[in-house]
Amino acid sequence: MSTSTIHDIGYRHYDGPRSGRAYVLRSLYVHNLRAAFGLGRPARAKIMPFLLAAIMLLPAAGSVAVFAFTDQEDALIPYASYANIMQVIVAIFLATQAPVLASREVRFHVIPLYFSRPVGHLDFVLAKSAALATALFALMAVPVTLLYVGGLVAKAPDPGKQVLEYLGGLVGCVLFALVLAAIGMVIAAFTPRRGFGVAAVIAVYMLSTTIVGIVQGIAEERTNFTLQGWAGLGAPFNLVDIVQVRLLGAESSSVGIAPGVTGGVVALALCVAIVLGSIAVLYRRFRKAGLS
Amino acid sequence: MPIIATQGLTMRFARVTALDDLSVAVEPGVVGLVGANGAGKSTLIKILLGLLPPTSGTATVLGLDIAREGLRIRERVGFMPEYECLPPDVSATEFVVHMARMSGLPPTAARERAADTLRHVGLYEERYRPIGGYSTGMRQRVKLAQALVHDPQLVFLDEPTNGLDPAGRDEMLDLIRRIGAEFGISVLVTSHLLGELERVCDHVVIIDGGKLLRSQAVEAYTAASGVLTVEVDEGRDELGRHLFDRGVSVQPEGRFLVVDIAGETTYDLIRDGVAELGLRLIRMEQRRHHIEEVFRAGPPGESAAGSVPQEASR
Repeated sequence: MSTSTIHDIGYRHYDGPRSGRAYVLRSLYVHNLRAAFGLGRPARAKIMPFLLAAIMLLPAAGSVAVFAFTDQEDALIPYASYANIMQVIVAIFLATQAPVLASREVRFHVIPLYFSRPVGHLDFVLAKSAALATALFALMAVPVTLLYVGGLVAKAPDPGKQVLEYLGGLVGCVLFALVLAAIGMVIAAFTPRRGFGVAAVIAVYMLSTTIVGIVQGIAEERTNFTLQGWAGLGAPFNLVDIVQVRLLGAESSSVGIAPGVTGGVVALALCVAIVLGSIAVLYRRFRKAGLS
Repeated sequence: MPIIATQGLTMRFARVTALDDLSVAVEPGVVGLVGANGAGKSTLIKILLGLLPPTSGTATVLGLDIAREGLRIRERVGFMPEYECLPPDVSATEFVVHMARMSGLPPTAARERAADTLRHVGLYEERYRPIGGYSTGMRQRVKLAQALVHDPQLVFLDEPTNGLDPAGRDEMLDLIRRIGAEFGISVLVTSHLLGELERVCDHVVIIDGGKLLRSQAVEAYTAASGVLTVEVDEGRDELGRHLFDRGVSVQPEGRFLVVDIAGETTYDLIRDGVAELGLRLIRMEQRRHHIEEVFRAGPPGESAAGSVPQEASR
């Protein structure tokens, strides 16, 4: 036909399948994971997360390159230390992306649209927290994996030990991701303006790290290494590092590490408390936002 | 079966009673919920969605109990809030697809339904642009589309004409009428502008201060009242006297005469009177009761605000 017409076929009802809770939860998780990297939003939303992800890769790539040329085992950054060494970048990622997931939809009053649908409050919180944790995990685990694969290709000694350390490093990344996501989500959820959210997350990270650093410095001066170790519980990266060192057998990359297995267990308990507490707080926060 | 039925629904907050022993039942169709700001309309919608447990009383939506079957209600209804609820940095398509998936529609169906629904509410090429650049009218359409995208059996539209200019208001009201008539979806639409609801609704519920003022079919509100407005070019007073002499109750009002209708003969008397006096009849119009007359005893400012655009549009 040479000419075509658009026919208004009128309203059609939908009698197809309606998927249940698992599908909605999965869709919500994927949507938020994409949002954490700015996908589905304009180009400028993608700059920050991808730039930070690229920066995270540089030291790992450099480390592998140096090892490949010099064959010095020291040149390879230990897997478990990577997140700790790069903590400023990880913290910036958390500060810029946590508000995207936690406060953007609160600020624009989108939340009631979810809860007027078959979306549960707890599912909503879990999907968002899990999405941010996954994004953080990817941010840290990809360079760690690059280190491992690079080391493998460049024939780093003792592959059996490497694989164990690598897996331990990944477990550490999971723990870092969960704890940081929990803290970032809670802070961002209570600062509706995005700029304030970014500043608040950074401020909490800086303050906790600085204060812990000062306390640890003073403790070291007075040769009170026990206090120095326990003080490490107060800063998020140091806290997770205590678990890595005491329970996962990693080498310390923090100033102070709480002593013994007890230190590790206490640190792990604190991590669990932070994650569960954050879910409880976010549940209330979003429930309230859903009724506004 | 009534689509919405409440029995003794009461909602008390710390300082205000939003709903006070509200018992009402409405049948499928387009139902208007009228009340001044703060009359408890939005609270009622939140309760009917099963999101806010009432202080006391019960309610069913589509035959489902709000206390026990909230999730099943939320699968079957759509909700368009009164306030801005759209993220500015995503496109309408992206947003509506996402909302369709949140109602359980599989990915392909969600995309198809989103495209269809956006077309039905009148958004075309602009639907691929970020919502932040939309006009108020376009935003209202996106809000409406997200409420319809999963093909609900009932939609709650909270103040859909808020902030729209007269043309936009007419288009929105027309859409609401189509949702009820063509789409076959029942509608509960709230407004504080009483006049506009009689144009689209089958049934109107009026609440004031959380109490039910009246609930009945729209014809009952707007049934022909007992008066005619008569306008003649000149000789208004002559015609008035002429009619008065024939036992018709008549009063001047501005440039018009307001004539009480005693029966069919009243029309004939006016016609004959105009003819006998050789006047030019400009208009003879039956006045209808406006819904807002129900509120005449209520706040005067409210009824005045409701009636002005109504008169102007005739």
